[in-house]
Amino acid sequence: MKYEHLKKIRVVISLIVITLVTLSFVDFSGYSAENISGKVLFLQFIPSFLQFLTIGGIISSGFIIVIIFTLLIGRVYCSSVCPLGILQDVFTWFATRTKKKKRRYKSEKPHNKLRYSILIISVILFFTGSILGLSLLDPYSNYGRIAANIFYPIVIFTNNVVSYIFELFGNYSVYPLELRKVKIAVSLFSLTVLGIVFYMSFKYGRLFCNTVCPVGSFLGFLSKFSLFKIQIDEENCRSCGACEKVCKANCIDSETKEVDFSRCVSCFNCFQVCPTDGLKYTYKFSFHRKKGNETDNSKREFFKNSTLFFVALTSISKASEKIKVYVENKIKPDRHFPIAPPGAGSIEQFNDRCTACHLCVSACPTQVLQPSFLEYGLSGMLQPRMNNKKGFCNFECNVCSEVCPNGAIMPITLEKKKVTQIGIAKFIHDNCVVVTEGTDCGACSEHCPTKAVKMVPEGKLRIPKVTGNICIGCGACEYACPTIPNKAIYVDGNPVHKKALLPKSDSEEQKVNIKEDFPF
Amino acid sequence: MKRRDFVKKSLVAGIAAGAVFSAGSYANIVSSRKSLSEKKTYDMVAIKGGEPDEMFERAIKSLGGIKNFVKPNQKVLIKPNIGWDVVPEKAANTNPKLVYKIIKMCKDAGAKDVFVFDHTCDAWKKSYENSGIEKAVKDAGGKIVQGNTESYYQEVEIKNGKRLKKDKVHELVLDSDVFINVPILKDHSSARLTMGMKNLMGTNWDRGFWHRNDLHQCIADYSTFCKPTLNVIDAYKVMHQNGPRGVSLSDLTLMKSMIISTDIVAADTAAAKLLGLTPEDVPYIKIASEMNLGKTDLQKLSIDRIIL
Repeated sequence: MKYEHLKKIRVVISLIVITLVTLSFVDFSGYSAENISGKVLFLQFIPSFLQFLTIGGIISSGFIIVIIFTLLIGRVYCSSVCPLGILQDVFTWFATRTKKKKRRYKSEKPHNKLRYSILIISVILFFTGSILGLSLLDPYSNYGRIAANIFYPIVIFTNNVVSYIFELFGNYSVYPLELRKVKIAVSLFSLTVLGIVFYMSFKYGRLFCNTVCPVGSFLGFLSKFSLFKIQIDEENCRSCGACEKVCKANCIDSETKEVDFSRCVSCFNCFQVCPTDGLKYTYKFSFHRKKGNETDNSKREFFKNSTLFFVALTSISKASEKIKVYVENKIKPDRHFPIAPPGAGSIEQFNDRCTACHLCVSACPTQVLQPSFLEYGLSGMLQPRMNNKKGFCNFECNVCSEVCPNGAIMPITLEKKKVTQIGIAKFIHDNCVVVTEGTDCGACSEHCPTKAVKMVPEGKLRIPKVTGNICIGCGACEYACPTIPNKAIYVDGNPVHKKALLPKSDSEEQKVNIKEDFPF
Repeated sequence: MKRRDFVKKSLVAGIAAGAVFSAGSYANIVSSRKSLSEKKTYDMVAIKGGEPDEMFERAIKSLGGIKNFVKPNQKVLIKPNIGWDVVPEKAANTNPKLVYKIIKMCKDAGAKDVFVFDHTCDAWKKSYENSGIEKAVKDAGGKIVQGNTESYYQEVEIKNGKRLKKDKVHELVLDSDVFINVPILKDHSSARLTMGMKNLMGTNWDRGFWHRNDLHQCIADYSTFCKPTLNVIDAYKVMHQNGPRGVSLSDLTLMKSMIISTDIVAADTAAAKLLGLTPEDVPYIKIASEMNLGKTDLQKLSIDRIIL
């Protein structure tokens, strides 16, 4: 029973991890996203890998550490780091509590073809220009979407009920919050994923991780070469099957005394139940090959098929490229491009790096960052975009660039952000209140932080005029514009972000003679 | 207050959330909240040459002291301008030192609670924080309240409004015994200038409606309903151009001035004159004057002019 403590350690670490990751998404004060998320997301595999491609350096070396750990002791990532994996363990734990009969697992054959196909499809798609596979399947991003689009609204709702009760008694310390960032299609999508994950984990343990998840498959492949593996001790094992019954990865066969370590998610439940010290965690460099021709044939078949996949997929991702940035829009403002957040560099680069985990969506204080559906095209499905109907980019804020774990929104200083033109304001003269109503307005100019939208005389009134080269595309004008149903001013995204000029400014304050008498 | 009692009782009776309340009964509460001043000495105080807090302390004496306005155990609302996520040096929001001083004096006069809020334009949390006002409120013992959620706003009827017939108003405006309006004087791309009456716009929910329906008329209409007990116009550092948000320090003029009056129209007229403008230049002042909401002829007022 010498490995018994391993499970306890795993449970403690994974509970801490899932708590911190969840907090990063649902803590509406923004504190956790800013201060915790960077540390706790460091080891998330896909985000770290993508950040490495964009930014590089030590801050994005998390995935390398995961690879090293996997090569040493197996898939501890899947049991203690991956939030979706931990969530599944929570579901499985519930399953064992709620079922009358104690839950039993049985050794199952691996779905190797399926799992490696999914892995290879995702990787090929990624390298041929579409991140869709990764963003739909990356376990962290899926958990993020679940947290941002399901848990977050629940937290807000609870908060608002509490604040309502407080308010009745004249206490304003708990304030209600608005929920503008929920998009039904995206919530339904996340709910579906949650449903599938729930069902699979409730019924089949970690089947999702060993069949669907590309990270699981990749690390599973690596763990075939792990230095230390869990094995059955031929001498001590009595083939009682206790370990097999608790193995949620279905990877222990107590009859043949074999462990398929590529599917083992390092939950260490087996150690805890073995009555005879029949399991050991020992050095084993070479990995078992199954005897016979059967597997060899299937492998050949597999490689043949994957070549076909490659050809087919290249054409799919090419096809989706055409519709990637161009959005057809029937409403009056003639938008050509969606708006990517400052730090993204360009829409294309952003689309290539974002796996739509929605951490930035959760962290954005003005809720201008919203999950898109198809605005970026199929390949950029679910990736966030600036939606100026719901908010505008706060001039003094760069939180999204600070929290992005992927490097899709690269870190950008406030100073630089203030001259980064993510889009440009366009004025529709005939929609403007000043023209249609003949009354003063100026809401757009009022909100403009650079005065790129300025009021100039037109008759007795004043009308907005846009100076394009100092506009940063923050969308404050569009958000504030009161005209309905169409706005009189809107921002069209820049496919490649540009540098705006600094507005004319002086650092000298004006002074008047204070001793002079009042002008009345 | 009626609504609150009603719901409290319902809660006790076991009828929890989901209650629907009627509005309208508030109209009387707010319109009847008149200045409590008994020994009125001046109609207005204009002061300059000092720091914001010392100017207020001096000026309020000429209006009979703070106790003339705040009675023990009263609920006070202070409405500064906290519209923007901008630091105090750039003077886009009311000076935090002034807000601190007013709260402190209200508390000293025995106020039970002093609430502060604004319906901000920029992200409210950042505006509250970076304007320095959240800290000032907490330090002075006041309570900062959120103003950016619709559920705090109750629908009321504006009986004398021409374009603005009904509006959603923050419940603290309706529930407080004393309401001190503390705007900052600024150039304004929508309203030409912002000061007393324009600052009240931050106690209403749907600003877009005002903008679509003759902004100047709506500002004046709202003043027929929402009547502050006292108006304190901060003109210490004044944004004379590129308002209301400002772009650089060159948009500011150090005027070290302040206007205090119970007459919001007169206070706005005086503040406009500090920037060389008349009620003709700022349409809502003219409209409000025509609707008999206050005086624009400053010659007819008794003004205490103080230069420190």
